[in-house]
Formats: sequence, structure tokens, C-alpha cells
Amino acid sequence: MAEPLLRVKDLVRRFGGITATDRVSLDVAEGELHAIIGPNGAGKTTLISQLTGHLTPHSGCIFLAGKDITHLTAWRRSALGLARSFQITSLLTDFTAADNVALAAQAHDGHSFSFWRNARKESGLRQAAQAALERVGLDHRADVLVSRLSHGEQRELELAVALATRPQLLLLDEPMAGLGVTESARMVKLLQELRKQVTIVLVEHDMDAVFVLADRISVLVYGRVIASDVPVAIRQNEEVKRAYLGDQHVVTAHG
Amino acid sequence: MKNLNARTAATALMVAGLLLLPLYSQLSGNVFALTLFTRIVILALAAASLNLIMGYGGMMSFGHAAYLGIGGYAVGILAQEGLGSGFIQFPVALAASALYALVIGALSLRTRGVYFIMITLAFAQMAYYVASSLARYGGDDGLTIYKRSDFSGLINLSNRTQFYYLCLAGLLGVIFLIWRIVNSRFGMVVQGLRSNEQRMQAIGFPANRYKLVCFVISGTMGGLAGALLANNTDFISPAVMYWTRSGDLMVMVILGGMGTLFGPVVGAVVYLVLEELLSQVTEYWALIMGPLLLLIVLFGRGGIMGLLGRFSRG
Amino acid sequence: MLLVVEQFLNGLQFGLLLFLLAAGLTLVFGIMDFVNLAHGSLYMMGAYFAATFVAWTGNFLFGAILALGATLLLGIVLEFVALRHLYGRDHLDHVLATFGLILFFNEAVRLIWGPAGLALPLPAWLTVPVAILPGIYYPAYRLAIIVVALAVALLLYVGVMRTRVGMLIRAGASNREMIGALGINIKLLYTMVFGLGAALAGLAGLMQAPILTVQIGMGENILILAFVIIVIGGIGSIRGAFLAAIFVGIIDTMGRAFLPNLLRQVLSSTAASTAAPALSSMLIYLLMAIVLVVRPEGLFPASRR
Repeated sequence: MAEPLLRVKDLVRRFGGITATDRVSLDVAEGELHAIIGPNGAGKTTLISQLTGHLTPHSGCIFLAGKDITHLTAWRRSALGLARSFQITSLLTDFTAADNVALAAQAHDGHSFSFWRNARKESGLRQAAQAALERVGLDHRADVLVSRLSHGEQRELELAVALATRPQLLLLDEPMAGLGVTESARMVKLLQELRKQVTIVLVEHDMDAVFVLADRISVLVYGRVIASDVPVAIRQNEEVKRAYLGDQHVVTAHG
Repeated sequence: MKNLNARTAATALMVAGLLLLPLYSQLSGNVFALTLFTRIVILALAAASLNLIMGYGGMMSFGHAAYLGIGGYAVGILAQEGLGSGFIQFPVALAASALYALVIGALSLRTRGVYFIMITLAFAQMAYYVASSLARYGGDDGLTIYKRSDFSGLINLSNRTQFYYLCLAGLLGVIFLIWRIVNSRFGMVVQGLRSNEQRMQAIGFPANRYKLVCFVISGTMGGLAGALLANNTDFISPAVMYWTRSGDLMVMVILGGMGTLFGPVVGAVVYLVLEELLSQVTEYWALIMGPLLLLIVLFGRGGIMGLLGRFSRG
Repeated sequence: MLLVVEQFLNGLQFGLLLFLLAAGLTLVFGIMDFVNLAHGSLYMMGAYFAATFVAWTGNFLFGAILALGATLLLGIVLEFVALRHLYGRDHLDHVLATFGLILFFNEAVRLIWGPAGLALPLPAWLTVPVAILPGIYYPAYRLAIIVVALAVALLLYVGVMRTRVGMLIRAGASNREMIGALGINIKLLYTMVFGLGAALAGLAGLMQAPILTVQIGMGENILILAFVIIVIGGIGSIRGAFLAAIFVGIIDTMGRAFLPNLLRQVLSSTAASTAAPALSSMLIYLLMAIVLVVRPEGLFPASRR
């Protein structure tokens, strides 16, 4: 059994009196598409933030390809091949789509202490940006300011930016948030293609998408993982059903 | 003529005006205009250096006048101690400013937002107090510089016209450098950090390193302005670093239009000419400047360059 | 020994005054998310009002109370007329606008009271030295400052810890919906908080007036110290501001008093006399630098993360 690409062990994070992450453990194998689901307030974004380095856990460890990254800063994790997309779109709004992606490529193309050459004319970066934009289907919108892109296009751009950093592991925080039916379908297709090239951890509310895409699913409730298994098993899991249909928030298909 | 718009035209006009000023001064016999505009050009240089971190980098430093003092005192102290050569004074001014920027920057960048503003302010005021306590170099009263920086025949700083052109060359040189920097890889990172620091960290940029380097570059340029300023007034005192001077610089940058190349120049020209005109009208010009600033903040988004930009679009 | 006690108390008194100033700043920043550089101007106005009213009425206490009221009123008018339009904007806008206000106030004061400073003489009953310990005397007035400032600090503490408004301050709330949801009239609250901040600044100003000269620009110097205190004490924390203010006040005062002598023991006389004043003035900033290196969020930050 190969070493999992991502191993999370007994992660704990508190906020005052609330334990947002309660001894969370999970493994993600290389090439897997692992979904994390759970009712609102289950602590999914908190978990992602700890995985990316924006939040420090109080105890527990995180290993990426066998390396302990628990206390590494966000940018160092990015250098090691961990990329994320944000739940609330977080792009450089006064730049174009191409600029955003080119910057991501630039971050992984040596240092940026170059003060003279015009970065926008660097063919290597521009080509990498173009390629990433093509992957998500945004190449025709390359020179549009991010503030002028539609919400759906921005979500796709988030993905392109993450891809441009050539990650081994892609953490996607609700990539379908706010997308309509057609856009969601596009995103699902996109993810189907991407999963062949990169390991993905997907946090999502959209159950249809999750059950179509995921190899394995972990269910997070009140900061604890109550089940971690293949989709079929999760569907039949009593605890999971209770968590979703009991007095917790009921998640329905997106609309 | 595709790119000719109000902004470009205004900029070109202004630069032409600055280039031709000594000619005007000579022909009209108005020497005062030359001295006034030498000062304006020097402060425009300082404003441009502030614009690099403020407008492009998003770092709101309220302590930029410190570099005017550091550069100026480098020249003054060395002159006092008998080292009158500009070839020594100017590099020392730049190096001292860079060092100050490195230390202050490293400390200040541990904070964000309004705390960053407060801290840069505090450190600049510290520099002011330190300068005030240097009894040997005039303390509060300041230090007279009896001989301007000596560049051994290359250029005579005591000649008003030559000095003006040196300052103007400095200004245009600095703006050129800023232009290259801003469009380089480094500049992209710095602008990205201004736009969304969290995103930049997520894609793999160590934010503080880039911000610090930007801060140091900006400070060094400010030191150049300081060295020129000391030569211009033949005098240096702590007052040059008083925190209201930092405020003046910020106003020039914002008035002209943050994050534009020539905005700081426009801002400096307008602010200082206005100050000059108003002070001739009334002794209490600050009574008008004060509320004027308030109004600019309330209504003048994007400064003058922003205003001109809107004209060219509409 | 006498000198040490005296300087220590002076430092304490200075620190408490700084706390009043810093508290006002923190309050306004905490509730309205508003950076008020003109806070120092309100301090100055408190001093100028006091000097004027005491001269008019001939009675120190009466004049001081009038001055306090006048500063409070000034603060409210300022908020109502100009500053409330800036809420929700970028902090940089606040900085610039209030910077403009400083220029205006300094000129206005020059216009009304002239460029020379004013003096505020103390009534006889406040100049007597009080025996705080057998054989150790301390001026009554400075003692009074300590008492008044401590009382105000206590009131603030009770207000912040025990009232709904105080809860908002502690939560660092600048969220209008949340405040509205608590059934509080937002506009009125903001005006009142600003008025309170102005009153605190004015109180500090009028209390300090007899000790220092009342002059133009006195607010700016002390404002920066207030900033330093907020940074050292901790972001959003009034308790932190209190502790940091005392700390800063004592270090600054005692540093200035004793550092030159200390240095003279270690360095040559000329070196000491050059370095001493520079170092004394730098002391507080060095302290701030150390805090920034070791704990950037301040020594006692309001618990967040």
C-alpha cells in the first residue's frame, strides 16, 4: 500500500470554547479524488485553512508526500505542490485573467527579484498561463479584467490559477459555490478531466457532483470525521443519514 | 494618435514645462520661480518614491519624510566633518537611507493596515527626536551647510540652473526606474500583494520579503531627495522629518493619483504651487488647506490623474 | 531615593495621562473603525479651553469642568458635521482627512489665541506638597492627576466590562447590523462614543496643561506616543493600553531622568552627553521595536484567533 499523498493525523483546532476541528484524521491516496462533505458549520473551511497553512492547528500533524508540513507557512506549502482555490473568490481583481495565472506560474519559476525585464513579455510565463486557461476553457477571456468576468468564469479562473502552480495536490473549497446548472455541469466535466492529472481534495455542498466525482468521501460533522469511505458505503451509512436528515441542516441539490 | 488622451497630454505638457522652466526664468528674470520649482522637483522625487510603496505596493507609510532627513543629514554631517565631496556624500545618503529602511521595514512589516501607518509614523518621529538631540550637528536649530556637495567640476551645484537640471534628471531617472520596476517580475509581485496578499501567499510568494525589498528601494530613492534638498536649502534641520512633512508627501501622492507614474509629480506641483499662492493671499493658508484636504478625500477618488482619466474615457 | 520615587510617580502620572489619550483612540477605532489623527488636536483644545476658562472664571475647578464640556461639545460637532461621512471608508482616507483637520486646528488656534503658548497657573491649594510616605513629598496636583485618571480608568473598565456597549468594544465590533440587532441607535452610539473619546482627550489635555506649556502642536507629539502605546499594548485591547501606558510612561520619564547618569558611568563624558539625549528619546521606540520583534500582535492583545 503506497504512502498516501496527504495524511492528516488527529488535527485539533479550537476557537475560544468551540472545537472547530476535533481530532480529524484522513488519508488521501495519490490520484484520488477525495470529497469532504458536511453540514454548514461542520468546520470544512477551517480544515482546509489548516491544510493550506492559513491557520495553525493546536495539535496534530499534516504530511504531504511523507513530509511534515504542519508548521510550514502557506507559501512554502505552495512551493511543495499544494494548491488551493478559495470558497469566496479570491483573485487579483485589478489584473486580467492572464495576469492572474501568469503570476501563479511566476511563483513557481524561480525567484522574482528581477527588476528590469517586463514580466508581461516573458513568453514562458505567458505560454504557461495560456495553457492553464485553455484547460479550464477561459483562453478566449485571457485579457479581460477579473472584475469584468462572470461569477462562473471567476470560479474557473480560480481553478486555472491553482493549476498554474503545477500542484501535486489540489484543495478545492466549494468550487461550485454560486454556480447555476450549466456552469456546474461544466465544472464537473472539468474536474473529471483534471483528476486524471492531479490528486484532488474537494469540499462541496453539491451532492450530485460529489457522488459523481469522488473516489472516497469523508463526512465532517461538528469538527469530527464521522465516516470516511467509498460513496456507496457513505450513502448507506446510518450516522451520515442522521447527520443530514436529523436536526442538522439538510443539504439538497444545488439550484 | 490612438493613445493621445487627456492624461498623456497633461503629462507631456507638464514635463515640457519643467524642462523649459529655467529658460522662462532666465527670460523673465523671475528667479523665484526657479528656486520654487527646484524645491518642487525634489519633493516630487520624494513623492514618487513614496508612490512606489503606497500606490503600487499598498503599503501606507506615514514616515517617509524620515528619508529626507537621513539623506539631508548625511550631506550635512559629512560637510561639517570636512568631507565635502558629493561622490562620498550622496552614496552615504543612499546607503544610510537603505539601512534605515531595512531595519524599520523589517519591524514595521510585522503589522498591517492602520498599525503599519502608526508604526512608520512613530519611527519617523523617533528619527526626528534623534536628530533634535544631536547637539554637535545643530540639534533643534539645524545645521548650516556652507558648501554644496562638490562633484569636482562635473557639475556645479551652486549654479542654480545646473542644480535644477540635476534635480530634474534625478526625478525623471527615478520615474524611469520605477516604470521598469513596476512592470518587472518584482513589480508584478508587489502589485499583486497590494491587490490580494492572501491569494499571493497561496500561490507561493513569501509576501514580506518582496514588500521589504520594495520598502528599501523606496527609502533609498527618498534619501536621494533628501541629499538634494539639503543642497537646495544649504541647511538641514529635524523639522524636515517632522511627521506633518510625511503627511504632505502622502497628500501629494494621493492628490496626483496613487499608482500612476507621473501622479506624484502632478501632486507635488499642484500642492506646492497652491500652498505658495495661498500663503501669498493669507497668512492663515492652512485654514483653507485643511478643509480642502478633507474635501479631496471625500470627493476626489483617484486624484488628478484619475480625473483626467475619466475625461479621456468620457 | 527620593528622586527615584518622585520620577517613578511622575512616570506613573504621565503614563495615566497617556492612557486616557490612548483609550479614546482605541474606543473610536474599536467601535467605528475610524482612525482619528485629530485626536491630538482635541487634546490641545482641552488645554486651550482650560487656560481660557480658568482665566475667565478665576476658578480652577470650574474652568476645568467648562473646558471638559467644551471639548466634548467640539468632538460631537466635529463628528456630526464632518467625520461621520468617513465611516466605512479606507483607513487611509481617515488618515488624510484628519490630517487636514490637524492643519486646520493648528491654524485656527494660532488665529484665535496667537502663536505664543499659554500658561495655566495652578491655584494655591493644588501646589502644596503632600506627604505620601514619611519624609517623601509629592506635589498635590500631580497626585490629583493620578487619582482622577485612575478613577476614569476604573469607570471605563466598568463600562467596558459590564455594559452592552462595552461588550461591543471588546468584541471589536464595527458591524452595524450587529449593533442594530442589539436595539441600539447606531448614529447616536457613534456620536456618543466619539464624544467620549474627545472628552478623554480633552481631560488629558487640560490636566496636563498646568505642567507643560499650552502650545500649538502639543497634540501631535503626544499622539504618536499614544500610537506607540496601542501597538505595544495590543491591538483592540483597552486593558493592554492601560498596562502599556503605565509601562511607557514610567520608562520614558525615568529613562530621561536617569539614563544620562547611567551612561556617564559607562562611557566617556562627551560620548555620554551626546548619546544620552538621543538614547532617551529613542527609548520608547526601541521598546516598541522589541515588542514588534517578539510579539507583533502586542503584549496583551484582545484575544482573537
